[in-house]
Amino acid sequence: MTIRIPEGHVARIEAHAAATYPEECIGALGGTADGDSRSIVEVWPLVNACIESRHSRSLIAPRDYQAVEREYTRRGLLLLGFYHSHPDHPAAPSSFDLEHALPWHSYLIVRVDRGHPTEMTAWVLREDRSTFDPEPMAVVQDGRAPTARGGDR
Amino acid sequence: MKTQVNIPTALRQYAGKQESVTVEGGTVQEVLDELTARHEGLRRHLFNEKGDLRSFVNVYVNDSDIRYQEGPRTPVKEGDVVSIVPAIAGGRPHDPRARS
Repeated sequence: MTIRIPEGHVARIEAHAAATYPEECIGALGGTADGDSRSIVEVWPLVNACIESRHSRSLIAPRDYQAVEREYTRRGLLLLGFYHSHPDHPAAPSSFDLEHALPWHSYLIVRVDRGHPTEMTAWVLREDRSTFDPEPMAVVQDGRAPTARGGDR
Repeated sequence: MKTQVNIPTALRQYAGKQESVTVEGGTVQEVLDELTARHEGLRRHLFNEKGDLRSFVNVYVNDSDIRYQEGPRTPVKEGDVVSIVPAIAGGRPHDPRARS
């Protein structure tokens, strides 16, 4: 399964991650799925609902989750997944990420070093919940072929 | 007593790709037992190895979180809507040297 994301949306996620540094950012990804390909058509930045440890934790409030899912459903989009940042830490899923993940969703992680986004990867929870598998990511540039990025570490 | 259960997007693959499922039960526990009996694939993602709801799984009866009612014993009446709402969370490993 490859997830396609327009480069403008990559820039939007990176801007969100930089703006919230040194705290984590979090947001939703809306789009379409067709066979082995998924396409992100919308990025929805959300408020990190964590009260403490926001430099190493992010959370989407259940009410926000419901609002996003309802809105995407209304517009015929799928809630494909979520993104969050890892300030000054590799863009790899943590055990905390594993405990809180759902299957099928795409999880994008942005590494932010000293305020600057440096890496973005995509992951999918394995069906038996044992680990994440990297998900190939293709950044779609205007008028050009997708460029492979991340997810194949 | 029939109750509608709203299924989050990621788990619909285990529930016949339905947004909601109608099951019977007088409490949230009975409703979820019936739901997972019908759709076995949901169980692993809703409950941990001890059979308790996973910490990130929120369950609402209409607009009320069952944690603030009677938990899984929360009664469900005809016409109530039960919603399974995941608390989406992420985070890197804690670093004691990190800023707070």
